[in-house]
Amino acid sequence: MKVLVPVKRVIDYNVKVRVKADGSGVDLANVKMSMNPFDEIAVEEAIRLKEAGKAEEIVVVSIGVKQAQETLRTALAMGADRAILVVAADDVHTDIEPLAVAKILAKVVEEEQPGLVLAGKQAIDNDMNATGQMLSAILGWSQATFASEMGIDGDSAVVTREVDGGLQTIKVKMPAIVTVDLRLNEPRYASLPNIMKAKKKPLDEKTADDYGVDVTPRLEIVKTSEPAARAAGIMVGSVDELVAKLKEAGAV
Amino acid sequence: MFQASMNFALGDEIEALRDVVHKFAQTEIAPLARQIDLDNQFPTDLWKKMGDLGLLGMTVSEEDGGTGMGYLAHCVAVEEVSRASASVGLSYGAHSNLCVNQLRRNGTDEQKEKYLPGLISGDNVGALAMSEPGAGSDVVSMRLRAEKRNDRFILNGNKMWITNGPDADTLIVYAKTDPDAGPKGITAFLIERGMAGFSTGQKLDKLGMRGSNTAELIFEDCEVPFENVLGQEGQGVRILMSGLDYERVVLAAGPLGIMAACLDVVVPYVHDREQFGKPIGTFQLMQGKLADMYVTLNACRSYVYAVAAACDRGETTRKDAAGCILYAAEKATQVALEAIQTLGGNGYINDFPTGRLLRDAKLYEIGAGTSEIRRMLIGRELFEETK
Repeated sequence: MKVLVPVKRVIDYNVKVRVKADGSGVDLANVKMSMNPFDEIAVEEAIRLKEAGKAEEIVVVSIGVKQAQETLRTALAMGADRAILVVAADDVHTDIEPLAVAKILAKVVEEEQPGLVLAGKQAIDNDMNATGQMLSAILGWSQATFASEMGIDGDSAVVTREVDGGLQTIKVKMPAIVTVDLRLNEPRYASLPNIMKAKKKPLDEKTADDYGVDVTPRLEIVKTSEPAARAAGIMVGSVDELVAKLKEAGAV
Repeated sequence: MFQASMNFALGDEIEALRDVVHKFAQTEIAPLARQIDLDNQFPTDLWKKMGDLGLLGMTVSEEDGGTGMGYLAHCVAVEEVSRASASVGLSYGAHSNLCVNQLRRNGTDEQKEKYLPGLISGDNVGALAMSEPGAGSDVVSMRLRAEKRNDRFILNGNKMWITNGPDADTLIVYAKTDPDAGPKGITAFLIERGMAGFSTGQKLDKLGMRGSNTAELIFEDCEVPFENVLGQEGQGVRILMSGLDYERVVLAAGPLGIMAACLDVVVPYVHDREQFGKPIGTFQLMQGKLADMYVTLNACRSYVYAVAAACDRGETTRKDAAGCILYAAEKATQVALEAIQTLGGNGYINDFPTGRLLRDAKLYEIGAGTSEIRRMLIGRELFEETK
């Protein structure tokens, strides 16, 4: 089985996000970027499937600016076999919307014929949580979202989903799309020898036009603003005082 | 974590390496740094973890089991490890450069085959021993004696202040094979832990770099077979001096890591700490400190990275190897002092890491040649080569 893993280059999770002065978006100039952490979990899961003999090949794909090839190299260094870079934007501030990403991914799936698409449940930059679901709709494939545990059983994937009330285990027929949640696994560090090997792994470069997909934004960002500053806390002297204050605030 | 440094364009491979080592060091080492300092104890399981990552054989070719990434890459790794814990960074440098790189440069195929795999995997710990109680800067005055007897050398004497000494399985040790031949009478040996007559003294209680275990080595009729001579008999000083050129460059990244760690503490602090109703980072005197610390770190980085890149091109110069560590080491002490000053009362108590950073930084003005010896070397070379 071939596994396709879409990965996104996003602002590094350690970086303090700064809103541009004109409110048009987040400032990404000279900011450290890295692989979306949920996508890292998806790559790790794909590698574990391969190590367990359940998958033969792992193809990673990224859609965005040319610099996303660093993200693909990271995935290759972790253990993916080859990469496809779809250049769809010139400016690092241009975000390709989920629908366009899903349409391009659908074309990639058509070409690559994977048995499984493993994707992050969402990217930490825009938190859309949409691409996997849209891809599933376009392809007419089964989907299992928010996976915290998964296994392959014959031609099905058995996925434990993190839902509001607890955990839900479902069985979906493959080919399928699984989007992964935080607790599925802990991604490995790419070792230095693998970083060196990653340089020699194939990385195909395409453009959105190659797939005939129009990536023009359909959404207009009206305003981006910083989250409201948290009000200062207070120190309480005793448990009794704490309970009293909580009652006062209507919290208990 | 302070991320807003300029990009030094060291290449994709090295940037990828920095990312991985940074993440590894911040996750696996930084949370232990305070305890390592308090207990004066190296977390030995780190060796295997560093080995698994490929950090221990960075200047060893891929054929010999290393990654062959070179000196600049090694510097970046030492910097990121030291940023998480300077004492782990020092032990890491002693193992991966002083021992592994010297073995790579001077060992026979048989010696490399025997010792490198364990050192690169992290199953074995490496060290190098040069200094003695009575022979520090004046290294040629060493008294550890290696006498030829039949098919082996018999070693008698002591080595002092040996990094990784208490833990090392494989040690490169310099000894006098011909006491009357001065610098030409010194030979390098490969010593194994467990050799009869070799033992280590008590772990030393140091000002800083605590947890980077240091000890005295004791040789009492220690028998070493001929095949454990590293390089040629009588060539020890050449091996030692040329090794120091690389040792100084790689260890110069230690102070870089300490300075980066200072900014990691100071930058968030000047936002959080308020006085007169404002974050102290809004005051110009504090901004001046930030500016000086940042500029100093990046100026030091520029020099160290440039000298390391020169080593990778085969253009090693003794004066710049000594120069980059001289400069970075002294600056790191100054930057650590400024970090303490920026934190004020908090900087002076051990709930904050700044005191440890200062104590750790001071080592680099002493180890791998003191600042005085470095200045002497640089000045002498400059004068001699322009005669």
